[in-house]
Amino acid sequence: MKNIKNVSEPFVRIAKRDDMPFGKKLLVRLVAVLLSLIVSAIIIFAITKYNPVTVYVTMFQGALGTRTRVWSTLKEMFLLTCIAVGLAPAFKMRFWNIGAEGQVLVGGIVSAGCMIYLTGVPSVALFAIMIISSVLIGAVWGLIPALFKAKWNTNETLFTLMMNYVAIQLTSFVVSKWENPYGSNTVGIINQNTRIGWLPALFKQQYLLDLLMVIGLVIFMYIYLTKSKHGYEIAVVGESENTARYAGINVKKVFIRTMLISGGICGFAGFLAVSGVSHTISTSTAGGRGFTAIIVAWLAKFNTFTMIVISLLLAFLDNGAAEIASKCKLNDYASDMIIGVILFFILGSEFFINYRLIFREKSGKEGK
Amino acid sequence: MNDIAISLKGVTKVFGETVANRDVTMDVKRGEILALLGENGSGKTTLMNMLSGIYYPDAGTISVDGNPVDIRSPKDAYELGIGMVHQHFKLVDVFTAAENMILGVETKERFDRKKVYADMNEICEKYGFDINPEQKVYDMSVSQKQTLEIVKVLYRGANILILDEPTAVLTPQETEKLFNVIRNMKENGKSVIIITHKLHEVLAISDRVAILRKGEYIDAIETKNATEAVLTEMMVGKKVELNIERPEVKEKFKRLEIKHLNCVDADGIRVLKDINFDVYSGEILGIAGISGNGQKELLESIAGLQLVSPDSSVVYFEPKEQEESQLVGRTPKQIRDLGVHLSFVPEDRLGMGLVGSMGMSENMMLKNYGEAKGVFTDLKRPKALADQIKEDLEVVTPSLNTPVRKLSGGNVQKVLVGREIAANPTVLMTAYAVRGLDINTSYTIYHLLNEQKKNGVAVIYVGEDLDVLVELCDRIVVLCGGRVNGILDGRTTTKEEIGLLMTNLKEEEN
Repeated sequence: MKNIKNVSEPFVRIAKRDDMPFGKKLLVRLVAVLLSLIVSAIIIFAITKYNPVTVYVTMFQGALGTRTRVWSTLKEMFLLTCIAVGLAPAFKMRFWNIGAEGQVLVGGIVSAGCMIYLTGVPSVALFAIMIISSVLIGAVWGLIPALFKAKWNTNETLFTLMMNYVAIQLTSFVVSKWENPYGSNTVGIINQNTRIGWLPALFKQQYLLDLLMVIGLVIFMYIYLTKSKHGYEIAVVGESENTARYAGINVKKVFIRTMLISGGICGFAGFLAVSGVSHTISTSTAGGRGFTAIIVAWLAKFNTFTMIVISLLLAFLDNGAAEIASKCKLNDYASDMIIGVILFFILGSEFFINYRLIFREKSGKEGK
Repeated sequence: MNDIAISLKGVTKVFGETVANRDVTMDVKRGEILALLGENGSGKTTLMNMLSGIYYPDAGTISVDGNPVDIRSPKDAYELGIGMVHQHFKLVDVFTAAENMILGVETKERFDRKKVYADMNEICEKYGFDINPEQKVYDMSVSQKQTLEIVKVLYRGANILILDEPTAVLTPQETEKLFNVIRNMKENGKSVIIITHKLHEVLAISDRVAILRKGEYIDAIETKNATEAVLTEMMVGKKVELNIERPEVKEKFKRLEIKHLNCVDADGIRVLKDINFDVYSGEILGIAGISGNGQKELLESIAGLQLVSPDSSVVYFEPKEQEESQLVGRTPKQIRDLGVHLSFVPEDRLGMGLVGSMGMSENMMLKNYGEAKGVFTDLKRPKALADQIKEDLEVVTPSLNTPVRKLSGGNVQKVLVGREIAANPTVLMTAYAVRGLDINTSYTIYHLLNEQKKNGVAVIYVGEDLDVLVELCDRIVVLCGGRVNGILDGRTTTKEEIGLLMTNLKEEEN
């Protein structure tokens, strides 16, 4: 007969888990964060010999230590949230909008243009014009790939991605045109003395109005996606185009309508970034947030309220890490490394929420 | 050497909280044909996957020729002489038969075409296969692909063959051919385990029948002592009435008139060629044919989901006034807006008929969510409907909000059929309505269709089980190569007649 190999049972096997109760999920995630902090601490100590606790305290202070820093973290958070909210309907429709970066930039360009050229317009009208025009241009930026997808079934991932480069080139062009002071190759702070076109402070808080507007958007988008007919159509199209056609949904119409909304909100984020935050325009106005927001939208599983939490976490890490870099004389890469470790553990914890490990001994021991 | 080829002791496999196999202890003898019988979800395939190295048991031992073994991968299984032919073929389309056969066999020699062809021909001759080593897989019929899968397994020296529902895709003639091959393999001392849930096939081919129910091994009996009724009772756990009714409806009216229906698919292939037939109220019209011969396109053309040639015509006759309306050129929504109550249970339940990530309630409003006033959806009515369907059809679901994707196949189908019937159809189209369903659910579906027929609904039933088609349908349209190759009377025809029409085009291609 054949030679019988007496191989032993595999050392570790992976098995799918049933749904975990909410509390346990939360616990797993907390343990993940804790573990990531411990691992980072070991790395920090091994490389720099700093006391990890000091480093973490520095990090916390960097993100939330003073009122200014709190607002700086919040500012980062609401920009990210705003873009993620814009991406949510597109991604829920399984329309891979990688073009938020560009949509934000064109919105920013238009806002900056209004601030430069429309200084004579009364401020309420000016803001109305800025918001409407930046939303419109963002919507157009989203519409173009949607039209091509609806008409010729082009690949929206590549299309939206390439639209980013068009937007970046456009930005370079307007920067050279609006250069101030001459020769600096930057636009500088627009209307620094008159503050025309700057979103006004509310209760003496520079960014409070921005924050409130974004929270408004979060609530709107949550209701739009979960309660409205449009939201239902988006969910059906995202699940299966065949089911959508079977249900009598006009798939092309939904593509176009949803991308108008998605691009529009990203354009609005461009307005916020320019008029509400930086008061200038440059190729780094979007600053990669268009891509980071994709992570936010997915991690939040399209729940817009969860997006706030995730954006806050990312903003906290970002600002905290920057502080370590300068205070502890570590360079940016070291802080990026810490962010990487933390994100790795948080994402990795999802694996343990969905699967469990079975080790050899046949005792049915479970992974973490 | 004893006569036991494989013996399983206390084999258990668990997926999450679902126990697929619990403490299964059974033997497979050398040189026997063992039928493994059980309803869907009874764990037949999981058990066989543990023999072929796809899964690893959580507990229990497997012995081959009396020696306990660990089968960690399909490669281990082959080395032990166990080979499995899966329900879904695992072949490389652009390779030839011979290339597929040697794929994955580790040898130091270079690819010697002549020797491989000779080996292949030798196997074919020995067991009575008919296969051309140079034919590409994409040119093969389903039956040929299956033959190739079996040859592939034999080439690797398998002594124990596992065939997972091999007849599901075959015509009666092809099935007979396959059975002859299986008998030849038995004569050559091979053990064959055949998974099926067609009882008459079990009785025709096997020596012994082993029965699983809900993952547990019930018993094995000699086939010569078995009858369909005994097997069903063992399988289901209670007595089941195995007769399909065919009630008579006196008054029949023409409901659909299909004329010159032509359809060209995206690749420019004519998938429907000049289809002509009528559909009447109060009858179940069966549609038979080998899978992929235009059934899907036919139903989708009627439902407004398929682009058809401009001269095609599908006329709908409204039941009260016999008012005519043309359905060709309209979208599903436009058809609905005409007042045509066309219900459609598509083949792809979760990819077309339902939204897998949504619960029962939200799926209920898939077709009429637009009727709610204002911009918001109204979940109240769908919820009430879902509740009713859950009760009436005994749908097993943790809650009305559980994603339907997580339900078992039978429950998914109940949700879909329930919704479509609740829409008060005048035409009800079903594609493979009982595919993958257990006996009880299947009979529930037959009963529901008969109820609709008695209510004067025109029912179209696309099916693959010819026994059922012959028992259930009033008339049967046989499709072959996108054509209507005959319309038979369900009361007088035989499944052999249907089988012949499914494979042989009567008229010449024009």
